[in-house]
Amino acid sequence: MTVKTEPVTINLGPQHPSTHGVFRLRVTFDGEVIVDVEPVLGYLHRGSEKLAEGRTYVQIVTLTDRMDYIASMSNNLAYVRAVEKIAGIEVPERAQYIRVISAELQRIASHLMATGFLLNDLGALATPLMYCFRERERILDLFEMLCGARITLSYMRPGGVFQDTPPEFWPALEEFIGNMPTYIDELERLISGNEIVLTRTRGVGLLNDVDAVDYSISGPMLRAAGVEWDLRKADPYEIYDRLDFDIPIGALGDTFDRYIVRIQEMRESIRIIRQCIDATPSGPIRAETPFFIRPPEGDAYAAVESPKGELGFYLVSDGGISPYRCHVRAPSFINITPLREMLLGWKMSDLIIIFGSIDIVLGEVDR
Amino acid sequence: MYGTGLLKGLSITMKNLVKPGRMFTLNQYPDRKIGLIGLAKMQNTNALAFAVKKPGTAVKALVGMVSVPDRMPQHGRFRGEEFSWYEQRCTGCASCAKYCPLGIIRIVTHPSEQQIPEGDKYFIDVFDIDIGRCMFCGLCVEACPYDALHMGSGFEEGKYRRHDLVINKQMLNESPKRPSLWFRPQIEGKDYHPHSHEEIEWQNAGRHERPTVEQQQERWTER
Repeated sequence: MTVKTEPVTINLGPQHPSTHGVFRLRVTFDGEVIVDVEPVLGYLHRGSEKLAEGRTYVQIVTLTDRMDYIASMSNNLAYVRAVEKIAGIEVPERAQYIRVISAELQRIASHLMATGFLLNDLGALATPLMYCFRERERILDLFEMLCGARITLSYMRPGGVFQDTPPEFWPALEEFIGNMPTYIDELERLISGNEIVLTRTRGVGLLNDVDAVDYSISGPMLRAAGVEWDLRKADPYEIYDRLDFDIPIGALGDTFDRYIVRIQEMRESIRIIRQCIDATPSGPIRAETPFFIRPPEGDAYAAVESPKGELGFYLVSDGGISPYRCHVRAPSFINITPLREMLLGWKMSDLIIIFGSIDIVLGEVDR
Repeated sequence: MYGTGLLKGLSITMKNLVKPGRMFTLNQYPDRKIGLIGLAKMQNTNALAFAVKKPGTAVKALVGMVSVPDRMPQHGRFRGEEFSWYEQRCTGCASCAKYCPLGIIRIVTHPSEQQIPEGDKYFIDVFDIDIGRCMFCGLCVEACPYDALHMGSGFEEGKYRRHDLVINKQMLNESPKRPSLWFRPQIEGKDYHPHSHEEIEWQNAGRHERPTVEQQQERWTER
């Protein structure tokens, strides 16, 4: 006797704890095997790009905080670089160093959160997540010293940063940098050798290098697939050309590689910050910019390597005090395009971790 | 051997459970448990004198049943509500209102009719900040040319009605003036913290003094 089965369509989300926000996946299962996936976007659409058209160039900084809200510094950096490019503003050197330090701190914070939530999705409920959050809390304390906020930072301004670092910031940063490698080692010892984690993640959610490039994936996901592409090396911005760091790459492009690449990137970020601490010069932290910046007519695109991938801002100016058009190349949005191909043939429980390993933020996907 | 990774992971968890400095401690908020010695120190006496004076409270404190309200540790630059606004410094230029990304500051002024040739100071009728919609980006503070508006450090202003969240001129005038250090380098590094320090007078809050009438006249004649 043969049992006849029919495909069942299930809505995963929008209110689901492991979709990392309000994201809906319409998944068709045959038994437990995924046969079709359709992502439904737009639940967190706030029209940031349109709102930017009605605000001045400095006011838009506050909008960029709310796109990738767990990596606000990187968003600030990408946006202010676009404005500086279009308006031709020279940034003082000290400001560039401070910006790189804060962006790398933000990368560590974001990767910690990605790792913690990947394990949370794997079923290691709360314990590794708490370890990651404890370390992230120290970074948020550093950010509070810099700019008085912990999540929505608005620290950077076109032409630099708004205020110099307080004197107590540097010892606190040194202490953090001194402690952090041992914490990462601990985290890695806790997770990397764990047989359950290895069985669940090795060879799951494969995305090879050719497909990754074809889908214009960027960030840790691309590097996990074995492509050595990092904007900090490929198109150095700020002061990255003076710094010495490596690009960690993965071998297969599976979920485990994505996790291990993030861990390695945190170590590289610490190396970068350590070099920056010694090299930060004294001097002004903000170029002389007018209250209302009026860039000449034209357009500019500036991209940075955010924790999620290549984050770019494209601005078109008509000579006024606000941009004529603002477009965001959001890495999270583009990184979920191969989701269907990655998921087909896997089971329900694999869906959660493959999706979790992409590390998306819905604020950035929907904007 | 299969399972060594699990055991290694569990040993790390055990280590974190007992190792000092790595244990998870929570900030006890909004109330903090306090012992007898700490309680006596708050009353500026020693523990023995305190126990003689208030034996009931002392016994309670010894068994850990007394708690005192506590604030979350914050850096002085924290951007919160409790805006500090100095009317003496404000000229009613409405730069803050213009610079606010959300447009939640409402200012109504009329000419004060006092120093018309020297460049008039406006009399402020209405100064409303709708902190229900405020995102505490601090751009208004950055925009203020006379350092009249400062951020505060509070974050606990829960209200039952939305319109109660609008701070008006009277509330701003009456609230304690404990400005945050955010974008105010002139009060930074002077051993000042918004929580512990006493209020700052308007003369000390700004970067520069408002020019006197004579200075303004001088500048006027130079021009």
